[in-house]
Order: sequence, then C-alpha cells, then structure tokens
Amino acid sequence: MTDSKYFTTTKKGEIFELKAELNSDKKEKKKEAVKKVIASMTVGKDVSALFPDVVNCMQTDNLELKKLVYLYLMNYAKSQPDMAIMAVNTFVKDCEDPNPLIRALAVRTMGCIRVDKITEYLCEPLRKCLKDEDPYVRKTAAVCVAKLHDINAQLVEDQGFLDTLKDLISDSNPMVVANAVAALSEIAESHPSSNLLDLNPQSINKLLTALNECTEWGQIFILDCLANYTPKDDREAQSICERVTPRLSHANSAVVLSAVKVLMKFMEMLSKDLDYYGTLLKKLAPPLVTLLSAEPELQYVALRNINLIVQKRPEILKHEMKVFFVKYNDPIYVKLEKLDIMIRLASQANIAQVLAELKEYATEVDVDFVRKAVRAIGRCAIKVEQSAERCVSTLLDLIQTKVNYVVQEAIVVIKDIFRKYPNKYESVIATLCENLDSLDEPEARAAMIWIVGEYAERIDNADELLESFLEGFHDESTQVQLQLLTAIVKLFLKKPTETQELVQQVLSLATQDSDNPDLRDRGYIYWRLLSTDPVAAKEVVLAEKPLISEETDLIEPTLLDELICYIGTLASVYHKPPSAFVEGGRGVVHKSLPPRTASSESTESPEMAPAGAPPGEQLDVIPTQGDLLGDLLNLDLGPPVSGPPLATSSVQMGAVDLLGGGLDSLMGDEPEGIGAPNFVAPPAATVPANLGAPMGSGLSDLFDLTSGVGTLSGSYVAPKAVWLPAMKAKGLEISGTFTRQVGSISMDLQLTNKALQVMTDFAIQFNRNSFGLAPAAPLQVHAPLSPNQTVEISLPLNTVGSVMKMEPLNNLQVAVKNNIDVFYFSTLYPLHILFVEDGKMGES
Amino acid sequence: MPVMRVPPNAGAAQPQKMIHSLFLINCSGDIFLEKHWKSVVSQSVCDYFFEAQEKAVDVENVPPVISTPHHYLISIYRDKLFFVSVIQTEVPPLFVIEFLHRVADTFQDYFGECSEAAIKDNVVIVYELLEEMLDNGFPLATESNILKELIKPPTILRSVVNSITDYEGSSNVGDTLPTGQLSNIPWRRAGVKYTNNEAYFDVVEEIDAIIDKSGSTVFAEIQGVIDACIKLSGMPDLSLSFMNPRLLDDVSFHPCIRFKRWESERVLSFIPPDGNFRLISYRVSSQNLVAIPVYVKHSISFKENSSCGRFDITIGPKQNMGKTIEGITVTVHMPKVVLNMNLTPTQGSYTFDPVTKVLTWDVGKITPQKLPSLKGLVNLQSGAPKPEENPSLNIQFKIQQLAISGLKVNRLDMYGEKYKPFKGVKYVTKAGKFQVRT
Repeated sequence: MTDSKYFTTTKKGEIFELKAELNSDKKEKKKEAVKKVIASMTVGKDVSALFPDVVNCMQTDNLELKKLVYLYLMNYAKSQPDMAIMAVNTFVKDCEDPNPLIRALAVRTMGCIRVDKITEYLCEPLRKCLKDEDPYVRKTAAVCVAKLHDINAQLVEDQGFLDTLKDLISDSNPMVVANAVAALSEIAESHPSSNLLDLNPQSINKLLTALNECTEWGQIFILDCLANYTPKDDREAQSICERVTPRLSHANSAVVLSAVKVLMKFMEMLSKDLDYYGTLLKKLAPPLVTLLSAEPELQYVALRNINLIVQKRPEILKHEMKVFFVKYNDPIYVKLEKLDIMIRLASQANIAQVLAELKEYATEVDVDFVRKAVRAIGRCAIKVEQSAERCVSTLLDLIQTKVNYVVQEAIVVIKDIFRKYPNKYESVIATLCENLDSLDEPEARAAMIWIVGEYAERIDNADELLESFLEGFHDESTQVQLQLLTAIVKLFLKKPTETQELVQQVLSLATQDSDNPDLRDRGYIYWRLLSTDPVAAKEVVLAEKPLISEETDLIEPTLLDELICYIGTLASVYHKPPSAFVEGGRGVVHKSLPPRTASSESTESPEMAPAGAPPGEQLDVIPTQGDLLGDLLNLDLGPPVSGPPLATSSVQMGAVDLLGGGLDSLMGDEPEGIGAPNFVAPPAATVPANLGAPMGSGLSDLFDLTSGVGTLSGSYVAPKAVWLPAMKAKGLEISGTFTRQVGSISMDLQLTNKALQVMTDFAIQFNRNSFGLAPAAPLQVHAPLSPNQTVEISLPLNTVGSVMKMEPLNNLQVAVKNNIDVFYFSTLYPLHILFVEDGKMGES
Repeated sequence: MPVMRVPPNAGAAQPQKMIHSLFLINCSGDIFLEKHWKSVVSQSVCDYFFEAQEKAVDVENVPPVISTPHHYLISIYRDKLFFVSVIQTEVPPLFVIEFLHRVADTFQDYFGECSEAAIKDNVVIVYELLEEMLDNGFPLATESNILKELIKPPTILRSVVNSITDYEGSSNVGDTLPTGQLSNIPWRRAGVKYTNNEAYFDVVEEIDAIIDKSGSTVFAEIQGVIDACIKLSGMPDLSLSFMNPRLLDDVSFHPCIRFKRWESERVLSFIPPDGNFRLISYRVSSQNLVAIPVYVKHSISFKENSSCGRFDITIGPKQNMGKTIEGITVTVHMPKVVLNMNLTPTQGSYTFDPVTKVLTWDVGKITPQKLPSLKGLVNLQSGAPKPEENPSLNIQFKIQQLAISGLKVNRLDMYGEKYKPFKGVKYVTKAGKFQVRT
C-alpha cells in the first residue's frame, strides 16, 4: 500500500467527497482524508476550498494529523485570512504544551501564517517561546522572529523582539546562536542602516565559539556574518583566520566557500611578509581544488568563484593547472569555465602543457567549446610571449583542418597576435588570405579586413581583396563596414596611386549611401582629414597602435574587490555586484575589502584605489575589445605629434597632389549630396594654407574650436583640495591643485604625515592620460616627513607622456609611493592648464 | 517619526531568504511535486527552466543557475530527476545545491531509491520530510539520524500493521524531540543498542585520469573516501589511525571528527553517527603517487572518401600491484557519422547503439596471458566528410583489496564503552573519470 492511492479519486465531486471524509467521526478516516488533500497540494491542485474542514481537524492529540493540518495551513492561510483566525487558539494552546516538540511545531507554523491580522495574537506565545527552557524551542522561536518581521516589521520592533534576538547570540546552545545570527542577518538585510548585528570583538568571539559546535548550515550563517566584520588590526584578523581555517576541511562545500570568503577578505589586512600569510595561501589551495571533484553543479559555482580568486590572488592556484583540464564528458557549462581559468593560470612554466590541451580541445565535438579553445590559444600567445611562436603554428595547423568555424576563430585571434607582436608573424598572411572566401561571420571578416588593410604594403593584391568585399558593402554588418572603410583608407595612404578610385568609392558608400551614423561620421572624418591634410591623415590613420592587454575580460579592480566580499553568493556566479541584479535593489550595501591597518609593511593595496584607477601592472593597457576602434581612437585624441618629418617624400607628395585634384573636385562637385549638412567639407581654399603648416595643425584646428570656449586666465589657480585622505593612505594626506605660470604647468602638492612613524622615499607616477601629462622631474621631498609635519612641493609637469583616453577626458590617475606603501588616487585637472597664454592649446 | 507599516502583501518585494519553493521534474518535463515554504509560486516559473533545458539539448548540460525576471532557479540533476528550487534574492548557490543534494540523499535513504515512483508512492512522507528539513528557508534537520526519529521511514511491516489495524497511535511521525538534535553531537541519537556490535570501514579510491594518445598521463589524481558502517551501542568514542597518514594532506571531514586531534596527531578521533556515513573524503594528487593500473593500445582510423574505418583496441595491465583487475567496461562515444560497427571481441561482449552512437564493451577481467581486444570495421554514413575528432575511451575497472594510493589503516581503538566490537576494513580501487584520448 502506498501513498499513490491518495491520487486516485473519482472525477466527479472530488472536493465534495473529501469534505465528507474530513468531517467523518472516524479519526483514521479523517487522517486519510487530510493525506489526500496534501497529495493534491503536492501536484499544485487548488484545495483551498476545504479550508474550514481541514482546520477543524487541527484540535487533535494525534501528532501526525496535527502536522498534516499545519502543512495545509501554511499553504493556504494567506488566501483565507478570515478563516485563519480560527487557528489562533490552537496555536496559543500548543505553545503551552508540555512536549517541546509540539511547542516548537506551533511556534514554527505560526510564523508561516502570513496573515497580518493574526500576528498580534502571536506575540505573547512567541515571547514565551523565545525564553523557553528547551533550546529546541528557542532556536525555532528565533527563526519565527524573522518570519514575523517579514510580515510586520514595526510590530517586531515595538514588541522588543529584536533585543531578545540579540540576547540569543549569547545563548549557551550553539544551534540557538546560529539561528539567531541567521534571523538577525535576514532582518538586517531589509534594514541596512539598522545596526542590528553589532559586531565587536566580544560578539565575534562568541560567534567563533559557536562556529565549532553548530551544524553545517549554522556554520554557513555564522561565517557569512563574520565576513561582514572588519577587524581592528592585523593581529585580530590573523586570530580570526586561524579559527576559521579548520572549516576549510568541512565536507559541506558551502561551508568551505564561506570560509574561503572570510579568509580572502581578512587576508587583505595581513602583511605579505608574515609567515602566516604564506601558510594561509598554501592552505587555501587544496579545499578549492577539492570542490572540483564534487557534483557538476557544485563545480560550476566553485569555478565561477575560483575565477574571481585567481584574478585577485593568482599565487594560490598557480601550481594547480592540471585540475582544470577538461574531461570530455564534463557538462558544457563546466568545460567553458575551466577553459577560462586555464588561460588565467597560463604562464611560461606550464604553457607547453596548456597548449597541448587546447589543441586537443580544438578537435572536440561541441562547437562553442571548440571556438573558445581556439580563442584561448590566441590568448596564450598574447599572454606568454615565449609561447607565441608555438601558438601561431598551432593556429595554422588548425586553419589547415578547414573546419569553417575553427578557421574563423583562428583568424580573429591571429589579428590580436599581430597587434601584440607587430612585424613578427606576417609570413602567415598568405595562408590566411587563402581562406578569405570561407569567412561568413562578421567578426572573422572584420578581422581579415583589418589584417589586409594593416599589411596592405605586403599584400600584392590587397586592393583586389578589399574590392571584393566592397561589392556587397551594404549587406555587411556595421562592424565589417567600419573595418572596410578604415582598411581602404589605410591602403590608400600606403599605395595612393593605384587606389584612388577605391577610396572614393568607399567614402561615398559610407557617407552617402549609408544610414548608419557611426559609419557616416567615420567616413566624413576620413574625408575631411584626407582633404585638408593628408600628411596628418597618414600620421593619424597609420599611427602606432596602443598595446593590447594581455588579459581580456579582466574584472575591473574595484568591482573585483567588491565581488571578493561576495564569494559564494549569486553575485559571485554572475560576476556582478548584488545591486546590479537583486530585485528592487533594496537593502543592498556595498561591501569593500578592509584596509590594512598595521603600519610596518609595504605592499600594494589595490582596494585603496579610487574607482577607475587600476593598480600597478595594468596601468598601460587598453582592452582588446577596443582595438577595432583603435584607429578612430587615435583620431579622437591623436597625440600632438612631435618631431614632424616634413612632407617631402615622394609618396606623401603624391598624396598631396592627388588631394588637390581628385578628392577636392569630388567634394566641390557635390556638396549638397552630403547627408549631414552641418558637416560641410572645408572650403578648398584652406587646403593649401594648411599644407605648409607643421604636422598636427589639422588637429590643432580641431582643438582651437574647443579651446576658444574654454580659455580662462592662465593664472587662475583653484584652491587646494584633499586628493587622498589620510585614512585611505595609512596616514599620508595629500592635497593639491594645478597651476600654469609662464608657460609651464605644475602640480602643487601638500603632503601631511598623520601617521605615527616617519615617512621617506617618496615617489610619484601618473597613469597614461588624455593629454600626456607627466611629471617633468621626480618628486623631491628632501627631508623625511616626521609625524604631524606638512611639506609643500611644486611638481613641474609636461605633456610628453604617453597618451590614453580617459573618462572623463581630464581624469588623472596618480600613484604615490613612500616607505609604507603605494597609494592610488585620481583627480581632475582643469583643462586651462594645458592652454598657452595666448589662448591656443600647447602642442608639445 | 511616522510609523511605517509594511503592508502584508509587500511580501514579494521583501528579501525572502533562502529557498522559496521546490519543484521536482522528471525527464519528460512533468512537474510531479511542488513544495512551497513561503507563499505559493506558480508552476509557470518552471517555463524558464524548460527553455534552458531545450537550449542545452542534453539534460546534463542544463546550467545549474538560471535567472528569470523575478526569481533565480537553482537546480540539480540526480537520478534522472531535476530538483529545481526557486530563490528570490541573494543566497549562496552552493548552500542551495548542497541542500538539494541532501534532499535527494534523504529520499534515497528513506525509500531505497530516489525516483519519481518512489516519491509519488510516499508523497506524504516526502512532504513531512521537506517540512522538517527546511523552516523559513533555513535548513533545520538534515541529519538522517534525526530525521528518522522525527519521521519514521516506510517499512513493509509498518504499512501492513497500519492497514490492518485502525489504531490511532499508528503513525509514521515520532512524538518526542529527537535526542541528538541539540547536543554537541547532533549526528548521534542516544540509547543506541545492538546485540552485535560492529564497526566496518570501506576505503574506496577512484582514479581520475586523462591519458593522451601516446599513452602518457596528462592528469591523474585519486579521489578517496572512507565510508563507515558503525553499529555500536551507547556512546562509543573511536580513534582510527593510519600507517601512512602523510598521504592525507587534502581531506574533508565529517563534522564528528575532532579537527585538533587530526592537526596534532594525525589520528581520526570521533564519536560516530549510528549507521552508514562518510567519515572522510580525500584527494591524492601528486602525480608520482598515482599508479595507472591499465593501458590501452588503440588504433581508430577513418579513411578519407570511403564509408568505412578501422577500430582496434587492446587492454592490458600496467601498475596493478599484482592484483586482478576486474569489472572492466570500455565506453566510447563514436562520431555522429558512424552508422554501425562490426567488431569481434576476444572476450566479453559489446553493444553499439546506433542512435546515441555509444559503443559499450563489457570486458570482464584481464588475464595477462591473453589480453582482451576488440577489433573490426566501422561503417560511416556515405558521402559525409571523415570525422575530425577522434573519440575518447572511457574505462571502468575495479581492483579488490587494494587502495592504490597505498593508504593503510593501522588500528581502531574504542573508548567510552566496555564491550568488544567486531572491526573490519575493506579496500577497493576503481576507475573514476578515467579517459584515454585516441
């Protein structure tokens, strides 16, 4: 006999029949009837019509029947609020029952009746249960407070339940402590400002004690709660870490990951010179690897978190590459994550193994996976220079397979390899060109076009190749169109004599026949540039491209730090801060890693970097995503060119001649045909005027427009503002401003030592910025800076540093180093400091 | 300050911690059980899951975390069933996944199998269990010992008694508080009594390995567990020591183990749960410690422009420590263009499923005098291009009385009770994810 009998009812009058049975005199029959009702509930049938009849069965001393009725009540009370009141009396009575199991059951169910009207009746029984002699009842009551808070927060506060709950943190029973923490955490989440979980060294100590004794689930609550605490110094951080480390050996993976979160966060506060720091790093690796032998679902979550951890502290897993090798029957979501981490861990030491694996993967069946593997080979080449050659030959092997999607992916990554190592692997271009016809994906087509344009001088039939793409110009995607436009302009600048017709064709296609504003704008910019100053055009379009980054899709450091605080949560799976996706965004507090508070070590602490300022090694990197736009970017912020070779070479002369004729007449002929009337091509008269001007004058024309508006008196100096508060820089406070006097720019700094120790060895560095601002001399702080001393320094600046577009344009990221640490801050400089006193922008 | 009352129907916007609802879904996409711990969530939320399932093609490839406009769905796939939980706000997904696996374990434990039929047959118990395991989304009692005191598992005997007597006291619900739940040893119930006191340990090691074409090891590690079956009266306090505890540097422990003793003395000291449980799991990864017991010689080739290929594999013993390797099975996922296979095994039997393209060769055990081999022809779809990828071979095997890592139990001591228990240790090594690339 099984429960499946409860599903078989006569079709006709099912509810009616149940009603009769529920009201039967026979207790056993009643129980059977309730079971039938529950069975209907499990498959989602609506049996709420039986509410009064089921509630009538509640008054019983049969525990099973009582439990079944409670199950029913929890499901339907909300839809029958008036009827639910009928149950109140029984709850109140059951809360007084001598059997603790029944008291707990009553208080548990009570909280699940989500009916505002009856909550008031429940306060008294709940108060009693919170103080019950039996810990089982107390721990159940603790959770009930959270439930009640969810229904009626004000009531819970008025009744003083929150204080009682806080008292339970000191309960003698660890399970009660764990549940109280869980309940308080839940309540605190809806009231971020209420200082509910007032964590201090005493309460932390209690939590750590309970941690050893409570169940695995309780441990998770306690660990998550600990992670919100900020220890007062490195010693406290270390002692908490020591007590949390044993959790890394727990069989429950959620406990392990919560412990990892606490350790990763508190490690921030430990000096890297400490022996303990090294010990801790070593202890973190095995549990993370162990997570990968669990069920695939657990592996997936673990891998997403490991992805964060290796970005933050690559040293933890640097020797564990092999555990991320893919097994052919791993679920696809595990395979893709493993591949990501393999690339992050790839280094000179293990690259041979990694490449062999990737090559293996590239012949697998799953298309998504194969694509990603091919792309990964390219990323290896870019990341580990020594392996580049081998990667390229592997990619060529793969191209030989002629498997369409493999070829396309390979071409996309080879383009990046060309960017990273110019003039090294161009010998493979011929092979690539053979596959031109098979490319049908926009990204691959765009990549191939970029290659042809970039190396036009080495490809004999570059014009034919590009022309072949031009035939179906309007059917291409924007990505391909933009790339084709740029490539042909490049070709034209390199081989002007043969390609005049082609460039005119593409410019007219882009500006006249297209309704895509990006394409039109780019077309006009090239057009104007070519017509006004072809030499400048050459400098701009064929300029040296910025480096591409070694790692793609790195998480931005401030976000990474925030995500480290959310290890183990949904945020860590989606790699987005909770505020970005939690419904309503309510009750979300931004978490940040704790600053290091010990004062005797010097290591980098990226958490101090203000938003947007990447730490050390990433200073001079532009993500690869931007590289297709590289040319346009160059145009936008084209570096004021120094040391101009005059336009004397025959090629350049050719270009000039041509513009005087062909293009000008083209423009003169049909100015009305241009789609955007407010962007009229410059009158032909200006062309000769500019031809003799020094390089870059075309650009300065552009800048003149803006500088005319922004010109201020060159002597205006903004008052000093605090750029780096002492609390963010271990006692070093920096305030400053920018000045311009008689043609020279300087940054006036005021350094104050608010720490207790002497500061020495000051140095300053700027990140690449929009106008190439850079210190013209080292930061001179002659004497050591004693505590409470302030020193004023004027740092001369020039504008010959490297250039990178910043957002906003006048953003400057600065790193200041002293004997204690490196600190980062960013500031905005007034644009007028760049302008020469006569109202023109300085060019050098 | 004005009093701010939260309207009762604001529930949806309130943070609702942890698991909101659970749906059980079978392979054909029927939702056959739902349980809600807070308000009722409509079944339609599962449509997002079905969508993802359709996209994933294979059931194994359904991503475990799916976001929908108002909820998150976190699921596991076990025993051909999906356990789909509905989450409304930020929650540790591992917590949910672990819990779901625990639910599946409990069903297995209670009903002998975790299947749709077993769950439907015991739907009331299932409901009571789910209610007992989770309160307000917080896990409550997940230890099988405690659950069994609260809700008795179905037994043939009891259902017979229940059906022939109309006695009101017959119930599958315990009416007293489980004794272990609040003690410092929540995993053990009090008053355990056995006439035969026994303690058995199974050391089970699985070798995960990837072997490349040329036969060299790309990756190998051992996943070991010690499963215990303890039937001891009273409150026994056990100490288990090893000949070579140094092997164990990456270990996960059952909560009953005293961590400090392990740290200082490398002895497993614990008061055991009653019955079957996993004492520790461990990982041995340093490559030189992982012996590879079998080798495979293989030659699989497809001819260009012809509709056939050759298939030839031979299995032999390698580092098997003088033990017999048995229970060998080779599974190969052949490329899609393979229509059929015409093979001859020297021993055992083989099957090829032309729909799933899976070749299974049940080998049996290896006798070194005559190595088992399987060879013959492969028929390909005519006209199709020759497959790019070569299939990987998946090997299963078993070696009795051997822990391949060399781990050996030294002794088991019992304190706290007077009687003399029977003690036993069994070792077995198996292939885990053991793959040979061709």
